[in-house]
Amino acid sequence: MSGASLTAAGASAPAYQKVGSIRRERRWALIGAYVALAVFVVFFLTPPFHMLVTSLKSSSEIADLAGNPWIVQSPTLENYRDLLHEGNYLLHFRNSVIVTLVVVAITMVISIFAAFALARMRFWGSAVLATGVFLTYLVPETLLFIPLFQIIGGIGLYNNLLAMILIYPTLTVPFCTWIMIGYFSSIPKELDEAALIDGANHFQMLWKIFIPVALPGILAATIFAFTVSWAQFLYPMAFLVSSENMVLTVGIASDLIRGDTFQWGKIMAGALMAAAPPLLVYAFLMDYYIAGLTAGATKG
Amino acid sequence: MADGNVLTAPGIPAAVAPPRTGRLHRLARRRSTLAFLMTLPLLAVIGGLVAYPFFYAIYLSMLNKRMTRFVGLDNFAFLLTRETFQYVVWQSVIFAVSAVIAKALIGFILAHVLHTLPAKGQRKWRGMLLVPWVIPPAISTLAWWWLFDPTYSAINWMLMGIGAPPVAWLGEPGWARFAVILVNVWYGAPFFMIMYLAALKSVPDQLYEAAAIDGATGWQKLRYVTVPMMRNIIAITVLFSLIVTFANFDIVRILTNGGPQDRTHIFGTYAFQVGIQSGDIPLGSAVSLFMFPILAVFAVFVLRGVTRRSKEMAG
Repeated sequence: MSGASLTAAGASAPAYQKVGSIRRERRWALIGAYVALAVFVVFFLTPPFHMLVTSLKSSSEIADLAGNPWIVQSPTLENYRDLLHEGNYLLHFRNSVIVTLVVVAITMVISIFAAFALARMRFWGSAVLATGVFLTYLVPETLLFIPLFQIIGGIGLYNNLLAMILIYPTLTVPFCTWIMIGYFSSIPKELDEAALIDGANHFQMLWKIFIPVALPGILAATIFAFTVSWAQFLYPMAFLVSSENMVLTVGIASDLIRGDTFQWGKIMAGALMAAAPPLLVYAFLMDYYIAGLTAGATKG
Repeated sequence: MADGNVLTAPGIPAAVAPPRTGRLHRLARRRSTLAFLMTLPLLAVIGGLVAYPFFYAIYLSMLNKRMTRFVGLDNFAFLLTRETFQYVVWQSVIFAVSAVIAKALIGFILAHVLHTLPAKGQRKWRGMLLVPWVIPPAISTLAWWWLFDPTYSAINWMLMGIGAPPVAWLGEPGWARFAVILVNVWYGAPFFMIMYLAALKSVPDQLYEAAAIDGATGWQKLRYVTVPMMRNIIAITVLFSLIVTFANFDIVRILTNGGPQDRTHIFGTYAFQVGIQSGDIPLGSAVSLFMFPILAVFAVFVLRGVTRRSKEMAG
């Protein structure tokens, strides 16, 4: 009895020391964590920072090889002013906004209806279709753009924004449907049974129950569709040729680079303004943005 | 759309129709027709703009340059003999594999480091670390292009500060390959980080407590608890990233446009150069079709592992 209590007491003394060392270890781990994070934050934020610095410089300051490229001596907004007052930059911005808004609307309508049907109404071929949605990942845009180039040319939409509106949904619809299937499947079946007993038809069920309950998922999918449409580069590059029809991703480089003269100040200013909409959406709706990114894998 | 109206209109009286079996029967039939109609737009998008162009690409790739004559597999055979195309295949594999490994490692480290932080600070750091993923790559690559500029490179300016010689980032094949991989890693690592972080948060605390009681060290916890629990998410993320990286276009197109001496071309950019810029549509389709079997093999391997592990967990 007494021996047992003695060993217990003996064990507790070094145990206290051990707790102290664990705490110290933990503090060092935390310091190491902050150092690692700081290194990567610097690496990750360097290009946008340099973008901002360059956009605030005059062309003569950029061309001055003696100056420090990382700081601005005399900040000026002339690059931004020039972009907004001359050239096609505003037109490109407008085109990007139109294409993105229309594509997001089309995507959400298609994927909400399809996900509702696939999540709740088992029907002939629904399992095959769900797999088919997944398989579209194996056919990337870089494989499709050449046949699509022929098809778009064939229906007379070459160099036309309508072609973008027609094609972008291939990039957004499969993943958004996938996200929505996940959210809709997590809604308890009792809710639809209650609605059916109350005499609701399927459209009422979707409109009055599924859409309100799955609103966070819808927001996540909308943000995903928005970022994909805003960032698309290959299709506009292949199908749009005249400057007034271009969207931002291709317009900036094609308008501000003439032969060997690069107007870097303006390019960086234009790039920063083009990056602003997704950055703002991300800043204000970060949780939904991340939910949309991770939904596919954590549910699938 | 007109069909949808016709079908739903008789739906309302059907709900109050008295015969019980007939009603159920009709309900089932109506339900599947309705479901089919709801998925019709999805079918149209996938069938008309993904599946059809895919088979059309196969057809196109078997024509001659003027698209007047059927040549069978000649385009594929021709490509395999071309030295440039062999470079493209190797560069694509090197580019995708090394970029995905680097992204997976950086993402794993960052997710772990973030996970050890207190919840409040985590949000702020996570917010900053995800920025490269949020900026459209076609836009951020412009910033990298400017950082790699032959005369005004801000990176070389810093290198000069520490006495190192300037580097021809995009002018020398070895460095150019490094540069496109670096930019791809910069853009894609945050995605891995956020996926792993979501996975780490889903590992139940009890498992770690049990491991701690058994006297597991930090490394053993990582090796025997964290990694097995995250294996499926790691596999799916790697597969997704491998497909996207393999099929990359914007970064290489803007940064090097395949140069110097075609050494940084990958399938996407080479197909664009051959098919759209040089106007040889059949040969371009053949180039991009080479991607499909490679991606399919990756996918079969990864997904087979995922389903096997899911079954083990369920069983």
